Amino acid sequence: MGRKILLDKIHIPDIQTFKVYKDNGGYASVEKALKKMTSAEVIEEVKKSGLRGRGGAGFPTGMKWSFLDTKSSNPRYLVCNADESEPGTFKDRYLIDNIPHLLIEGLIVSSYALGANTTFIYVRGEFKQQIGILNRAIREAHENGFLGKNILGTSYSLDIHVQAGGGAYICGEETALLESLEGKRGNPRLKPPFPAVKGLYGCPTVVNNVETLAAVVPIINLGGDEYAKIGIGRSTGTKLISACGHINKPGVYEIEMGITVEEFLNSEEYCGGVRNNKNIKALIPGGSSVPILPAHLITTTAANTPRLMSYESLSEGGFATGSMLGSGGFIVFDEDACIVRNTWNFSRFYHHESCGQCSPCREGTGWLEKILHRIEHGTGKLSDIDLLDSVAKKIEGNTICPLGDAAAWPVSSAIRHFRHEFEFHVQNADIVKDIKHGSLSKYLKKNFSLNSIY
Amino acid sequence: MSHENKIDHKLHEVTAGEVRFSDETLVRVQAIIARYPVGKQKSALLPILHIAQEELGGHLSADVMNYVASILKIQPIEVYEVATFYTQYYLDKVGKYVVEVCRTGPCAMCGGEDIADYLERKLAIKTDETTPDGLFTIRRVECLGACGYAPVMQINTEFHEFLTKEKIDKIINDLRAKAHEDKPKDAKWVEKFF
Ligand SMILES: Cc1cc2nc3c(=O)[nH]c(=O)nc-3n(C[C@H](O)[C@H](O)[C@H](O)COP(=O)(O)O)c2cc1C
Ligand code: SF4
Ligand code: FES
Repeated sequence: MGRKILLDKIHIPDIQTFKVYKDNGGYASVEKALKKMTSAEVIEEVKKSGLRGRGGAGFPTGMKWSFLDTKSSNPRYLVCNADESEPGTFKDRYLIDNIPHLLIEGLIVSSYALGANTTFIYVRGEFKQQIGILNRAIREAHENGFLGKNILGTSYSLDIHVQAGGGAYICGEETALLESLEGKRGNPRLKPPFPAVKGLYGCPTVVNNVETLAAVVPIINLGGDEYAKIGIGRSTGTKLISACGHINKPGVYEIEMGITVEEFLNSEEYCGGVRNNKNIKALIPGGSSVPILPAHLITTTAANTPRLMSYESLSEGGFATGSMLGSGGFIVFDEDACIVRNTWNFSRFYHHESCGQCSPCREGTGWLEKILHRIEHGTGKLSDIDLLDSVAKKIEGNTICPLGDAAAWPVSSAIRHFRHEFEFHVQNADIVKDIKHGSLSKYLKKNFSLNSIY
Repeated sequence: MSHENKIDHKLHEVTAGEVRFSDETLVRVQAIIARYPVGKQKSALLPILHIAQEELGGHLSADVMNYVASILKIQPIEVYEVATFYTQYYLDKVGKYVVEVCRTGPCAMCGGEDIADYLERKLAIKTDETTPDGLFTIRRVECLGACGYAPVMQINTEFHEFLTKEKIDKIINDLRAKAHEDKPKDAKWVEKFF
């Protein structure tokens, strides 16, 4: 059994309620931090823990906190990012469903560390149940003196509010999220200035992911140094991985960073292997935005070392032969999956979700979708494949926010590793044209396996 | 706290056309506005649009949007901008149950496309249409953050997971059977959730 420090208590009945949570050691980190530690000491522990942001970018959390403009006379804000809309990612929802007070506890300690007296949890609007769960948890914490004025008799006061989004993936990007929280369209802001200096209402603001803020609880309980011993190298601690696609046991798993991809994929404790005894064709290890890995680069790296579930190992080999840990959205494709169809599907997603502010992203994502649509539907040309690559390259790095890159990378990597499938679609237009949805691969298998063309 | 918005007791006098929140709802609306600093009441726009949509007819008509603008003391255009940006706000009339089927990769590769097609056949409408009895609207939406339980759809506040044709049959039949019982568009979650 791997070590669990976030989800270790979720099997306890009614752990969603304040009383049971508290009776099982909950809110200890609040007592410790508010009564025995200064805010600077809390930040120091988070720095020592090596915790990196769990929302996708993996930026060191302690460092991010230390950028907060403490000289400003404006109020400071902490905003918790619970927008969770990256395809393949459903871990924050799981955490909120199963142990909501862990997030509230983490928010209190983190807000104290940052000197914030008002904290918002921005939840995607579709998660109405989760909004209800959080509101209830907040009310309970209030009633028990863990929120509101003079928490636990200290001079520290805090209010937490849940804010519903309106349905827009881009609002997961932190500056779009702040715009949305101000009641506007979710158009990402130009950076700098970064939110740490000018964030919500122009005030110093930290935006962190749900899982990041929940991890602050074990960090304070164990101490930063102890936390840093969990995991491997610069990937400290545990990570929630949401596993989906063609596997036997889809779901959310807490892993200690550094276990092998092989173990995560095939052991009964986690994914339980590929469904229906099939072989794996591809893996997207960190949510739809990260590069796809072909079968031979999943359990081993190009250097033939075992691939590990860590920031470093998953990105080993750069974009040529690696990918990224990202948000931990682990998407498995079996041998029958159609890479072209999925790439088209993801491009449609990014086109739909582009906020439209910058031309390379607004127009480019549309072009990607259109070209992929025609390849998938049997009206593509061979030159379209290079055209795709060139459109992707023109988006990448030329936009206000990383959604542009996130749209480009899946396309470039799919072509890099699965060019033969794109060519097959073009060259066999008559077959591809009228075949509906997923049945394409079944058809192909009967005649000649898509995998063995090369 | 002193920096918070004061309750505006004149709010109940605001109307646009025939449109007006109930007194109960106004209390909730005022509590939401009070979360934000003075002058930042526009932050309440997204939550209040959710409430308006639920309580004032199931979609955001021009009157409803103008009404929300006057409540928040912002320009109507600021409301239109937001209402047209986010996918959860419906600008046209929708059915009592909005069936939103996830169409994104992880769901699509686990049978989501067939499920959506089946729904269209079952309800005899296309995506973005409403059944003639006004009960169901089908929409195809992007990832609902529940990919491990694919295929997934959301009907109003409820998620439905690991969908099969049999499950769809049951869900739709059950909703049809109880449709006349509850209030239009299941308004209770707003109380609970916002
Ligand atoms: C298009 C886009 C969508 C994003 N969506 C999310 C999201 O749903 N949840 C999240 O925590 N971070 C998301 N992020 C990352 C945030 O911008 C930000 O880096 C993160 O919330 C910081 O928190 P962390 O340091 O704790 O990871 C997204 C970024 C981009 C560019
Ligand atoms: S990259 Fe796309 S989503 Fe990001 S700001 Fe530009 S247009 Fe908007
Ligand atoms: S892809 Fe359907 S819920 Fe994520």
